[in-house]
Amino acid sequence: MLYQDQFYYLGLIVLMPLIGALINGIIGAKLPRKFVDVIACGSILMSFFFSLISIKALVENATHVKNAEGVVETVYGHLSYTAYHWIYAGDFGVDLAFMLDPLTSLLLLLITGVGFLIHLYSVGYMADDPSKWRYFSYLNLFCFAMLLLVLGKNMLVTFIGWEGVGLCSYLLIGFWYTDDEKAAAGQKAFIVNRVGDFAFLVGMFILYYETQTLDYIQLKEFATNAALIQQIAPVAWLIVLFMFIGCTGKSAQIPLYVWLPDAMAGPTPVSALIHAATMVTSGVFLLSRLNWLVTISYEVMAVIAWVGALTAFFAATIAITQNDIKKVLAYSTVSQLGYMFLAVGVGSFTAAVFHLMTHAFFKALMFLGSGSVIHAMHHEQDMRKMGGLKKYMPVTSKTFLVGCLAISGFPLFSGFFSKDAILWGALSNTHVLGVVGAQEQIGDITVMRGEPSAVAQILTTKPLELISAGGPVDVNWLVQITSWGTFILAVITAGMTAFYMFRLYFMTFEGECRADEHTKAHLHESPVSMTIPLTVLAVLSLLGGLTGWPHFIVHGLHFPPEGFGLFFEHWFSELFQVTNDYRILTRFGAHAYGWEAVATVSGLIAGLSGIGLSWYMYMKNPEIPGLIQERIKALHGFVQQKYKVDEFYGFVFVKGSIKSGEGMTFFDKYILDGVLVNGAAALMATAGRILRHLQSGNVQRYATYITLGVVLALVALMLRM
Amino acid sequence: MFEPTLTHYLILAAITFCIGVFGVMVRRNAITLFMCVELMLNSVNLTFITFSKYRVDMDGHIFGFFVMAVAAAEAAVGLAIILHLFRHKRSVDVERADALQL
Repeated sequence: MLYQDQFYYLGLIVLMPLIGALINGIIGAKLPRKFVDVIACGSILMSFFFSLISIKALVENATHVKNAEGVVETVYGHLSYTAYHWIYAGDFGVDLAFMLDPLTSLLLLLITGVGFLIHLYSVGYMADDPSKWRYFSYLNLFCFAMLLLVLGKNMLVTFIGWEGVGLCSYLLIGFWYTDDEKAAAGQKAFIVNRVGDFAFLVGMFILYYETQTLDYIQLKEFATNAALIQQIAPVAWLIVLFMFIGCTGKSAQIPLYVWLPDAMAGPTPVSALIHAATMVTSGVFLLSRLNWLVTISYEVMAVIAWVGALTAFFAATIAITQNDIKKVLAYSTVSQLGYMFLAVGVGSFTAAVFHLMTHAFFKALMFLGSGSVIHAMHHEQDMRKMGGLKKYMPVTSKTFLVGCLAISGFPLFSGFFSKDAILWGALSNTHVLGVVGAQEQIGDITVMRGEPSAVAQILTTKPLELISAGGPVDVNWLVQITSWGTFILAVITAGMTAFYMFRLYFMTFEGECRADEHTKAHLHESPVSMTIPLTVLAVLSLLGGLTGWPHFIVHGLHFPPEGFGLFFEHWFSELFQVTNDYRILTRFGAHAYGWEAVATVSGLIAGLSGIGLSWYMYMKNPEIPGLIQERIKALHGFVQQKYKVDEFYGFVFVKGSIKSGEGMTFFDKYILDGVLVNGAAALMATAGRILRHLQSGNVQRYATYITLGVVLALVALMLRM
Repeated sequence: MFEPTLTHYLILAAITFCIGVFGVMVRRNAITLFMCVELMLNSVNLTFITFSKYRVDMDGHIFGFFVMAVAAAEAAVGLAIILHLFRHKRSVDVERADALQL
């Protein structure tokens, strides 16, 4: 039996992809192509198995505790492994250490599981590429970095992974670097990400300054200990804000989302793995990891919620107008990530992570499906030249349809459950600090709800018992506006999502084929190594949501049984305990099943009407889109050009930095070099020219100087006396 | 009968020293220069002996002997240098020995 704190399988999980990357990267060019495939896929598969073993151990290590109400709660705790003592200087100490807890388990399965499927798919997709070994080396390296990110036991290890995935993203976007446009897209991604990474670093510095530790387990003490939480509460908002800015870079939120659509320049499996399933969700992961800290600062939560909702909305409007199949999916990803941040912002971390999982399934599926189409169409990505592919590519079209239904929130598909959870989270948004008008007696102290000073008492005495269970509560204007505003935006976005996804489906797979004769003659279904991942992901997209049913169904209909229907929530309940303490009571009361049904039904109606409208416009009357486009030409053009954000950034930041660079050049050339550097040299030269005459080589003159010096010294001495 | 006091000896030594210094600064002939240096050394010697007598201890005498010994050594080295200077330049004019300037 392995010790709980030296569970070395965690190290092996990380090590496997690194070994794969090194073998393929160093000698891959000389290896047979089959061997490269086997090493790349095999290393990820090994990681997957080690992950399963580790998660099994985590479950076996769990303890079952009976709480005050007599309900048995499962406490999973964590497994950890310290590889070595890394940096020790004075009071500062960081280990290279890994940790496995319920949140990490989920991401492990996504990275290694979905990652393996995408590696398998790549074998077929990249079959003809001459530098396939380089591709697989990067892809394995990416998995290594991503595993570091999620397995890190302290923030510094996470940060290495965070930078590592950024690097691999850059390498893979610019994989076909001979194309200038693609190389530029890679650089753009890297530079925009650096902006976010800088904020991440600053946030980490402040956090360390306040807490003197970067270890997640020790940090969590700050959430549960009354004395410690008062220490961190005043600056929590600053840390969370910086962390969130970091996340907007990596997870493509306003204002740093601009790199993700361009990132589609990389090979399609890369888009599926990095820019849909794993890397871009690392921001959601990070905030969930620090959920106790996010929860303390509810003003920043409102910011996060709004940024998420607006990102979701605007990205969806852009997605409607795009004609490039991958661009639609890219903006859809930005939009769905916005949903996740909305969930984080309203405190529904479970919903955020739930959507993270289902999105990884259906978006990876759709990216791989689009890759399959692009493969068949000889690298044609314009949907206007597709159509009717259903009869040529049955597996791709069917699995793609599953993905579309899932993202649209069609009942019983995975997206339905996760999107509902987010909608309900937004609608029921509340926060202990945001609740107004209630005075509480906590021990001997009377505190007003909403006072930051009450944080410690509230946390240590469980607000659930304090806000009398049942009745609705009043929340302050910030929470109120955030709640309604983001909910309405999210519902509209749900409708638009269904619309553009089915627009994509109808334009690509239904109707007449608009491809030229040459392409048409070569249309074919993709090889088995590509259709197997599609099928598996389709099954996951279909069934993946069944672990998180809405409460009103589970509690109201008593079906499915709670252990299964709310499995996801229970799996994370310990992790998000602090957050749940803050907002366990919705503002509609404890058992507001009616309101929850409202959220579900409005999401459902929005989704179905989106699908219906799309069918009406692109299947029944295909001339309508053109007419509408004609009618609102200016607006359509503006949206199609992505609100000219790229141009704006280009003008303000790129041009701006060039201009300021020119200003700096002037300063450098004339002030620094001219006045200071050359000036100092000129001063010395002039002084030397004048003073050289003193040194004549004449001994007598030297003697005279000495005499004069002595006389002067004597005179000075005498004057002092 | 005129009895010289401490002040008289010191003034004499100072005058001799100044003559030496002045000679070192203005004369061109290396031999003369050398003699002026000797003059300065001897004026210092005179001061030593004067104070020695005045304070009635022997330290000044000992210093005087030291100076004389060093002056003798210096004379030997200095004259050798002047001899070499003459062999090089065919002159003992110190103005012409200015090869060390920039």
